[in-house]
Amino acid sequence: MWKFIHQLASPPHFYRIAPAFIRWLAVPGLLLIAYGTYAGLFVAPMDYQQGDAFRIIYIHVPSAYLSMMAYMIMAVSAGIGLIWRIKLSHAVAAAAAPLGAWFTFLALATGSIWGKPMWGTWWEWGDPRLTSELIMLFLYFGYMALRGAIDDTAKADKASAVLALVGAVNVPIIHFSVEWWSSLHQGPTIIKEGGPAMDAAMLYPLLAMILGFTLVFGALLLRRVRAEVLYRERRTRWVKEMILAGGN
Amino acid sequence: MTAKLSADGLTLFRGERCLFQGLSFALNPGELLLLEGRNGSGKTSLMRAIAGLIEFEDGDVLWEGKPIRTNRPDFYGSVVWMQHRVGFKADLTLVENLRFESHLRAQSGADLDVVLKRLDIDRLKRLPLRSLSAGQQRRVALARMLLSSVPLWLMDEPFTNLDREGRALVMDLTTEHLSKGGMCIMAAHQDVEIGGNVTKIELK
Amino acid sequence: MMSEEDTVGMTSGILGVARRDLLLAWKRPGDILNPLFFFAMVAALFPLAIGPSPEQLQFSGPAVMWVAALLAMLLSLNSLFLSDFEDGSLDQMLVSPVPLSALALGKTLSHWLTSGLPLVIVSPVVAITFQMPFAVTGYLMVTLLLGTISLSLLGSIGAALTVGLHRGTALLSLLILPLAMPVLIFGARTVSLVAAGDGVAGGLYFLAAYAVLTLSFAPFATAAALRISNE
Repeated sequence: MWKFIHQLASPPHFYRIAPAFIRWLAVPGLLLIAYGTYAGLFVAPMDYQQGDAFRIIYIHVPSAYLSMMAYMIMAVSAGIGLIWRIKLSHAVAAAAAPLGAWFTFLALATGSIWGKPMWGTWWEWGDPRLTSELIMLFLYFGYMALRGAIDDTAKADKASAVLALVGAVNVPIIHFSVEWWSSLHQGPTIIKEGGPAMDAAMLYPLLAMILGFTLVFGALLLRRVRAEVLYRERRTRWVKEMILAGGN
Repeated sequence: MTAKLSADGLTLFRGERCLFQGLSFALNPGELLLLEGRNGSGKTSLMRAIAGLIEFEDGDVLWEGKPIRTNRPDFYGSVVWMQHRVGFKADLTLVENLRFESHLRAQSGADLDVVLKRLDIDRLKRLPLRSLSAGQQRRVALARMLLSSVPLWLMDEPFTNLDREGRALVMDLTTEHLSKGGMCIMAAHQDVEIGGNVTKIELK
Repeated sequence: MMSEEDTVGMTSGILGVARRDLLLAWKRPGDILNPLFFFAMVAALFPLAIGPSPEQLQFSGPAVMWVAALLAMLLSLNSLFLSDFEDGSLDQMLVSPVPLSALALGKTLSHWLTSGLPLVIVSPVVAITFQMPFAVTGYLMVTLLLGTISLSLLGSIGAALTVGLHRGTALLSLLILPLAMPVLIFGARTVSLVAAGDGVAGGLYFLAAYAVLTLSFAPFATAAALRISNE
C-alpha cells in the first residue's frame, strides 16, 4: 500500500498515468451532467411554489457542495504536504484553490440569480448559505493571494498550507456563526430543513448533477495538477527527456 | 564513535540554483570548521541551513547522532548564532538587550562588566543600541556568545565591520573557546589565524 | 527586577518576550497611540456619514465600534514581527531551545496588552458619542475584551505569514478578515442584542470559547508560519 502511494506520488509516474484517470472521470461525469440537465429542465415537474425558477438548483447545489469539497481537498492535501513533505500533495492544494474559487463564484452567482424571482433582490443578507459562500470566496482569495505574493514555490507551498489548515479549523465556526447571525432576524431561506420530501423526478436529476459535477471536478483537478507538476518539474531530467522524445 | 556534529551528503538549493551537492563534514570538541568561498558561493546559506533556518534539499545535519530537523530543542540548547544582522533591538540599551538573552539560552554566569570590559564596550552600557557604530554592535553580538554557556558557536562573517583589534579579538576569543572544548563553525572570506584543530571547506 | 527568573524555559520565554516588547512599546508610545486614534477617528466617521439622528446612532453604535476596533487591531498587526524579522531578532528566537510557539505567544500577549486592552479601555469614551446606555457599554467592553484576544491570536498567524512580503499590509487584511468574521458577528450582535433588551449569554460564551480555541492552536500556527517566513 505504502509503496503504491509513493509510486503514485512520484511526479513522472503521476504525469504519465493521470490522463487515463482524467478520461475515466470526465466521460461518465459529462454523461451524468447531460442526463441531469435534460431531466432537470424537461422531466422534473414544476415546483408548486417557485415555478420553473427552482430548476437553477441543478447548478447551484452541486456548485455549493463542490466549493466546500474543494476547500477540504485543499486543506487536507496541504496538511499532508506540510507533514510528510510530499511535493505532489502541495501541487494538488495549489491546483484545487482556483477551481474551488470558481465553484464558489458559480454558487454565489446562481444563488443570486435564483434570489431575484424569489426575494425580489439580487442579494439577500438574511440567507446564511449565501453569506457563508461569500466568506468562503474571501478565504479562497486570501489563500491564492498569499501564494501569489511568495516567489519561491516551496515557501509558498508551506506558508499557504498553514493558512489552509487555519482556515479549515475556522470554516465550520464561520458557518455556525453565520447561521446564528441570520437566525436572529428570520430571513428567507431557499431550502427549508425538514420540509416536504422532494419528488423523485426532481431528486434523481439533482443527484445525477451532484455526482456528475464531482466527477468532472475530479477530472479538472487532475488536469490542473498535471500542469502544475509539469511547471514545477520543468528543470528536471524526466521532463527534458519526455519533451525530446516528443511525448506529452 | 560518532562525531558531536556531523553531516552527510548535504545538498542545498537557493531558488533554482544548486549551491552544493553531497557536502559532508564532522566536528568534535576543540575543533573549528572554516567555510571559505567567494561572495555568492553559498557560505551564508550553508550557515543558515546548519542553524536549521533553511532546509537542505537532501541530507541531514546530525547533532550527537540525531538529525537536528527532528531534535531542534536538543540542538538549539547547545548553539549560539551570530550573523550579519546582530539580532538586537535598536531602541533598547546594551544591557536590556543582553538581559533578554537570558530568556533565550543558558547563561554561563560570567560577570557582565568583565565581559563588556574585555570587549571594550563597557562605557556604552546604558546607551540604546542605535547610537552604537556597526563595529560596536558586532562587539555586543560577541558579548552574547561570551555570556552564553553553549558549546557550539555558529559565526557567519564575524569580522565584518570590525577594526584590526576587533578582528584579533574574535580570533583570540574563538581560540580560547576551542581550548576549553568548545566548537565553532565560521564562514569568512578573510584570512583567519586561529590556533587549534581547523578543518577547511572551500565552497565553489 | 526579575533576575531570579533567569532559567531558560517556556514561562520565562513567554514573559521575557512580552516584557521586552512592552519595554519597546514604552519607548515608542506612538505605536500604541496611533491605532487608538485610528479607532476613534473611524468611529467618528460614521456619525458624520450617517447623520446626527440619535436613534440611528444608538442603533448602529455597537456595529460601528466593533468594525472600527477590528480595523484598528489589523493596523497594529502589520508591525508585530516586522522589526524582529529585519534586525535578526527572529533568527535569535528561532535558534533557541525555548519553543518558538512560547515566544510567539509572548509576542501576541504583548500585542494584546498594547493594542487590544487600550481599545477596551477607551471604548466607553467613544461609546458616549454614540449615546450608548451605561449597561450596554459594559457589555461592549466585555465583548471587546474577549474578542480582541482572539483577534490578536488570529492576527499573529497572518502577521507571521506575511512578514517580509512586499504587499504585506493589504495581504494581511485579506488573510485575516474572513477568519475574523465570527468574532465580529458575535461581538457586534451580542452588544446589539443587549441594546434591544435581549439575552446575551450565548454570544459571550461563544466569544470566550473562541478565545480559548484560538489560544490552543494560534501559537503553534504562528510558530510554523514564522519558521517558513524566515527561510
